[in-house]
Amino acid sequence: MTLLEVRGLDAGYGDFQALFGIDVTVTEGETLAMIGANGAGKTTFLRVLAGQVPTRAGSIVFDGTDIAGVKAHRRVGLGIALVPEGRMLFGSLTVRENLIIGAHAGRPGRWDLEAVLDVFPLIRPLLERPSHVLSGGEQQAVAIGRALMSNPRLILLDEVSLGLAPVVVKSLYQALPALSEGGATVLLVEQDIGQALEVASRLVCLLEGRVSLEGKPAEVPRSDITAAYFGLPAGSGSEASS
Amino acid sequence: MEWLNAIVQGIMLGGLFALFATGLSLAFGVMRFVNLAHGDLAILGAFVAVSVTSALGLNPFVSLVIVVPVMLATGYALQLGAFNFTISADPLPSILVTFGLGIVIQNVLLETYSADSRGLDVGSIEIESIRITDAIAIGWIPLITLIVAVAVLGALQLMLSRTPLGRAFRAVSDDPPTARLMGINDRNLYAVAMGIAFATVAVAGVFLGIRQSFGPLDGPAQLLYAFEAVVIGGLGSVWGTLVGGLLLGVAHTVGGQFEVAYGYGSGPLVGHLVFLVVLATKPSGLLGRRAE
Repeated sequence: MTLLEVRGLDAGYGDFQALFGIDVTVTEGETLAMIGANGAGKTTFLRVLAGQVPTRAGSIVFDGTDIAGVKAHRRVGLGIALVPEGRMLFGSLTVRENLIIGAHAGRPGRWDLEAVLDVFPLIRPLLERPSHVLSGGEQQAVAIGRALMSNPRLILLDEVSLGLAPVVVKSLYQALPALSEGGATVLLVEQDIGQALEVASRLVCLLEGRVSLEGKPAEVPRSDITAAYFGLPAGSGSEASS
Repeated sequence: MEWLNAIVQGIMLGGLFALFATGLSLAFGVMRFVNLAHGDLAILGAFVAVSVTSALGLNPFVSLVIVVPVMLATGYALQLGAFNFTISADPLPSILVTFGLGIVIQNVLLETYSADSRGLDVGSIEIESIRITDAIAIGWIPLITLIVAVAVLGALQLMLSRTPLGRAFRAVSDDPPTARLMGINDRNLYAVAMGIAFATVAVAGVFLGIRQSFGPLDGPAQLLYAFEAVVIGGLGSVWGTLVGGLLLGVAHTVGGQFEVAYGYGSGPLVGHLVFLVVLATKPSGLLGRRAE
């Protein structure tokens, strides 16, 4: 079943247009990886879905409803949760409060504080600490947990690996299957292609604000991914896979 | 003993200053909003109490039951209808709009109530006091003001630290875009904060009116003291606001005692000096959060 259907999406900031006619479909239950170089428009795409950047043209149909004009604070109630780039925990709230506030306007469902702590046991002893004293990996776990608390149908993960040690990234990625099992469809944005392709059931590559490649990781040759990522003259097969 | 008395009276006066400063501190803490009409709103609250007491024959204390909800609703509506449009990284629009609002309030009060000084009469309790020693007596009204100030600030602190609403206030204060991701409607929350700010300043205005006479143009002076209390205590800090108010109150009465004992000095002057010293040595205030 199609959960999200984006058609002809344009978006940008001021005079700068970041996305040009993006078409992306997300099927319920899948883990879609959006890859692309720095500045390709991945983060903007997620921010448009979460309502932080307005839609200039095109439609965003989520579960049958066009949400392009829905305000950001109403989207979490529909089941869209963004884990923003840079974690963005609330510095004057404790870890526990950061998690609880995730459920402020969320939906009922299986995710509660205990369920989140089961997936990220490392944050259990940190609950009463102010969030700004946590390490980057701990903060990222809290940020993902905070999004889960709203019981999202679609969880948007922006650069989970950014600025973290490889071993920490690995442990965070190990938690992703639990998200899918909990009923959430995952759309993750990554620069770390290897990490993303390990968990993804499908991939979309952005290049300068346009979709340059789409397919299943197992079916797309690495050379095509590299070409689509860097905008090199396409190797054989990039057309066939899109 | 006169000096000890000055300090005791200063603490009582500080209760009133803290009550004035509460709303200013809350609005700044939650939405970085500087309300230059704050003093005029206190005076407006006092005049609303004048109308309520004369129309219904109520005791000014009892009139709070009507004055506070009226001011709360006014604050909520003004934030939604006007102030929200001025909130941005640039503080100038909000300063200009509230400056203008202050002038409007002053002139509406002048037209409606004339320039005559008014007072709110609560009866004989106004002159009754508790005698501690031969030289020190605490008036009931200043004592009640201080107790109310501590209660209001304590309730505010509890709300901010323990309730979902307070959690939302702190989250929005930290980072409005991310708070929206949590489903928090920041604009509506700002309106709630402004409603609370108006409610507290209305209480302050009514206590001012019970304590002393007031006129339509007295707002700016109250704004100045409220500002000084907030800055001394620390912007956005609830207990800092109380500490700032008390310190400013003591500065005023000690300054006044200087005048009595040595023939020079004045209360407000010493208050301003304390404010300057704090601003110069600890700009974030005594209990303020570190500058971010």
